[in-house]
Amino acid sequence: MEVVISIAIGVMASAGVWLVLRPRTFQVLIGLTLLSYAVNLFIFSVGSLSVDREPIVRPGVAADLANYTDPLPQSLVLTAIVIGFATTALFLVVLLALRGLSGGDHVDGQEEQP
Amino acid sequence: MIGALGQLPDLLLVAPVLLPLATAALMLLLGEGRRRLKAVANVLSTAFGLAIAVSLLLGVAGREAPAAFGVYLPGNWPVPFGIVLVADRLSALMAVLTGCVGLASLLYALARWQHAGVYFHVLFQLQLMGLYGAFLTADLFNLFVFFEVLLAASYGLLLHGGGGQRVRAGLHYIAINLVASLLFLIGVAVLYGVTGTLNMADIAQKLPAVPTSDRGLLHAGAAILAIAFLAKAGLWPLNFWLTPAYAAASAPAAAVFAILTKVGVYAVLRLWTLCFPAGAGASAGFGGEVLVWGGLATLTFGAVGMLASQQLARLAGYSVIASSGTLIAAIGFDAPVLGGGALFYLASSTLAGCALFLLVELLERSRQVEVGPQQLDDGNGALPAFLDAEPPAGTNLDDNEEALIGRAIPASLAFLGVAFTVCALVTAGLPPLSGFVAKLAMLSALLEQRTPAAWTLFALLILSGLFAAIALMRVGMRHFWTAQDRPAPRLRVIETLPIAGLLVASLALVLYAEAGLAYTRAAADSLHAPQLYIDAVMGARPVVRSAGVAP
Repeated sequence: MEVVISIAIGVMASAGVWLVLRPRTFQVLIGLTLLSYAVNLFIFSVGSLSVDREPIVRPGVAADLANYTDPLPQSLVLTAIVIGFATTALFLVVLLALRGLSGGDHVDGQEEQP
Repeated sequence: MIGALGQLPDLLLVAPVLLPLATAALMLLLGEGRRRLKAVANVLSTAFGLAIAVSLLLGVAGREAPAAFGVYLPGNWPVPFGIVLVADRLSALMAVLTGCVGLASLLYALARWQHAGVYFHVLFQLQLMGLYGAFLTADLFNLFVFFEVLLAASYGLLLHGGGGQRVRAGLHYIAINLVASLLFLIGVAVLYGVTGTLNMADIAQKLPAVPTSDRGLLHAGAAILAIAFLAKAGLWPLNFWLTPAYAAASAPAAAVFAILTKVGVYAVLRLWTLCFPAGAGASAGFGGEVLVWGGLATLTFGAVGMLASQQLARLAGYSVIASSGTLIAAIGFDAPVLGGGALFYLASSTLAGCALFLLVELLERSRQVEVGPQQLDDGNGALPAFLDAEPPAGTNLDDNEEALIGRAIPASLAFLGVAFTVCALVTAGLPPLSGFVAKLAMLSALLEQRTPAAWTLFALLILSGLFAAIALMRVGMRHFWTAQDRPAPRLRVIETLPIAGLLVASLALVLYAEAGLAYTRAAADSLHAPQLYIDAVMGARPVVRSAGVAP
């Protein structure tokens, strides 16, 4: 499980970094989205990964991390997803505005001169 | 304002966040019209926010350790679990600066810029909410949320007015800040993984007990977090986005942005002094060298950039970078006396930077008088783009202001000249104004350090002052001396008021320099005794309701 999560984070982060460094606005947007997925998974993983353990206390079971998963990273991820989604949507609007104003999809608004 | 028990009233701590939020929500309900009502509500709310911030400052000033911290638990949860709001001397100082900068920018925007977009007032209030919240919170994840609030509002404000240049600069600004926010999240997650808490005081308390095997992870997390803050503070080489973005923003937005870089500086100062003080064992002073030399590089970059820039707006952007560099380098020495001078410099440079950004547009307008009167009202702003620049027909919003518009101040050129000179003196740190007092305080503290880094900062502070003086003098000559038979620019009273107010505040900092320096030194002293902060936060107890009262 740890290996799968680590590989997923690594692949998404590396793809995201590569895309963010591209000169096309839409690629930058997808790169930022992939990076935020990677970060969200990463936050999730700091609360010690566990299978089949919910963060809600049941009667008769001692309330410690041996029996339950840590609820805090999950709430952090939820907040991070909402905020990341909103700001990415805003970025998309600016992307479209730049496309309308410049007629191209280069991040600088004009193609590089060879 | 001072309660019977010697504590700050709880409401005073949470009001700076709730007031702009409520105002913004109210203005959203009002819809797109009714601009005059919105403007009045915005001014009232901003002025009231400033009054609250000032009463916070008066509340924490002149008190000794336990009472100098106002602690409020918004959710009434026990301390390490719930969100905590804390006002100490540093937070109160930053809140007052936010209020001053906000009120000045808003008054300036009333003349013209509020008409360039529909949601200006809403975005402005949310910007203030994010700033106040970031300065008052004592919870790491809550800090992230307030950072996002203020950043999201700043994206909107940067784009306010539209136009190709703004959209292009805005795209870069948003992309950089999104990546920085992701780094912020990674840093927060690592710190949570290592310490198991998000409360800043609790983190600081648990750091010495971190096992050696986790210390590398802890340092990596703290460094990633610091990169996120330093990118916002404009540390070289993370600051190439700053000048184009600030130069492209409309004048009132750029004036508010003068304090945005200080948010990054504040976060570094708060967390670094809290988590890595001299007594923190294996982690003591972690990253101090990076702060010092990074700050020095930033200061050099800003000073050279000021000399090299041709546009006044870019020059103002580079002056912001130079002041950030000075602050970060001074923080990195971890010396309370130097920190006191640096905080005084922070106040002085924020006010001067805000005034300079507002002046930029007026000066550019005065230059364009000779080009042609038809461009007079457009300034350099390229107003119409996204939305109709004209207010919709049927709203008689400007009845009072029409009277103000076009009332030529006979001495408008004199005002511009005096204001620019005062601004330049403060920015360059020349006597007799507040920039000089601040630099003198830092220079005299540096003399006691006697390290190569301290001598470098000593020399760079003086050199950067010289560079700033040369650059600003050149701009002044170009604007005021070269063309003699130019008609005087037409300024509106409401545009000159905020600039005059900021400069008067700057003068007040000189007249009451003794009290101001005493305050900032006390703030720096309490920052360098983090145990006081930790005790104040950890000692807060939830309010227990008596049994008879319904919850």
